[in-house]
Amino acid sequence: MLTEFGKIFVFILLAGGFVAIALVAASLIRPKRPTKEKLKTYECGEDPVGSPWVRFNIRFYVVALIFIIFDVEVVMLFPWALVYKNFGVYGFIVGAIFLLVLFLGMAYEWRKGDLEWARPKIEPPKMDIKFKPEIAPRPVEEKTVSEVE
Amino acid sequence: MYEYLNNIVGNEVITYFVVAALPLFLVVLPFALIAVLAERKVSAHMQDRLGPMRVGYHGILQTVADILKLIQKEDIIIPQADKKLFNLAPFLVFIGSYAVFAALPFSSKFIGTNAEVGIFYILAVSGFVVAGILMGGWASDNKYSLLGAMRSAAQIVSYEIPTAIVVLTLVMITGTLNLGTMSEQQTAYFWNWNILGGAGEGIQQILLIPFMVVAFTILFISTLAEVNRTPFDIPEAESELVAGFHTEYSGMKFAMFFLAEYANMFAVSAIIVSLLFGGYQSPFGYLGNTLGIPALIPFEQLFWFLSKGVFFVFVQMWLRWTLPRLRVDQLMTVCWKYLIPYAVFNLLIVGIITLI
Repeated sequence: MLTEFGKIFVFILLAGGFVAIALVAASLIRPKRPTKEKLKTYECGEDPVGSPWVRFNIRFYVVALIFIIFDVEVVMLFPWALVYKNFGVYGFIVGAIFLLVLFLGMAYEWRKGDLEWARPKIEPPKMDIKFKPEIAPRPVEEKTVSEVE
Repeated sequence: MYEYLNNIVGNEVITYFVVAALPLFLVVLPFALIAVLAERKVSAHMQDRLGPMRVGYHGILQTVADILKLIQKEDIIIPQADKKLFNLAPFLVFIGSYAVFAALPFSSKFIGTNAEVGIFYILAVSGFVVAGILMGGWASDNKYSLLGAMRSAAQIVSYEIPTAIVVLTLVMITGTLNLGTMSEQQTAYFWNWNILGGAGEGIQQILLIPFMVVAFTILFISTLAEVNRTPFDIPEAESELVAGFHTEYSGMKFAMFFLAEYANMFAVSAIIVSLLFGGYQSPFGYLGNTLGIPALIPFEQLFWFLSKGVFFVFVQMWLRWTLPRLRVDQLMTVCWKYLIPYAVFNLLIVGIITLI
């Protein structure tokens, strides 16, 4: 007897099997003629400069941390959402206080500036108003007959 | 459906493999075939172009030709890449987007699993996709891929929170996590759909309507961001990052990412439909009831579910040619400073209404 989660597992197995079959089928048909140029890292036709595994922006890490806090809190709210009606107003207030504490944390992060991302500085193109192009007639070069030929 | 197949085949596990294969061969593959063409045609006509016209009548066989081409493409793995992770990534991404289909109620007789955790399981299993994207981007040994993967992961996890809070709101008014039960509650006519406050009674129903519309708006925006569609396609911004995390993938592995993307588009539309727009329920009652053929009803439900889902996919395509791309800082601002506070506020008000 398959349980309900066993059925989910069958879905996952089938999806994995489908990808495996498709990849194996393609590997039987496709050509394999690697050359030096094909095996280069794609960088818009240029030779790649340095390793791609460089330090990345710390903000991604901060976002991941905030996400974990919020996600765990939301997971904890799911059982509450299912049963709070049984406890009436009291049940709702308990959940509301929980959310309020979560939002105090969010307000702290907001105030600390962890939710800000680097903004591009908008610099309007400067124009020198006093600038006046000097329009002078170009001196006509007289050409001798031998140069024209 | 399930018992009927079980009687024919005899073995439960084999039966289940057949049942699990049905969404793949009835929905995902045909949908991807049609949607790729539809996307090109829709975008073409919105820009006053014709789109693909050469293969078949008005280009209807274009996707088939594309797939034939992709199968024959050489698979290039650059030597510096992490081969194991590079090969594992398409598996994770496809499994993550296909496992969602297990909990979607296609009709009252066809739902992959009747597990009570339903929508919660969907939120959890879609995490596979993030892992796959990060893995593929990291293993590719390519700057574009790594940048695309980091942006994509940050975007998907950020927008998962407003999605989860809106889902929580709907769990509060319906009292169930199971999408099948949720769809059953929205039975009969369209004023019983959750978007029109169907779960409430009397005055509650009228009070709920504006907050359900807000919930729908937040859910639609955040699911749009979760599947990396325009205006949230920063991870795959063609003009900056070539193709994002799958820049180095070619041939069939690229096709798998593509397939997963289109499967995801349908899956999030189907989630919106089952949460707010009545799931598989028909808006005007069933032909099967009128004609007295109850066997017809599940097929009608399948039709309604698919057409509602496809409608939202069309809206996604439409938005692609309507709105320009957001910047990264705007993207994070929209999520953390607008959607999440609004979603929590919405949740608290809906909670108060349900107590009346």
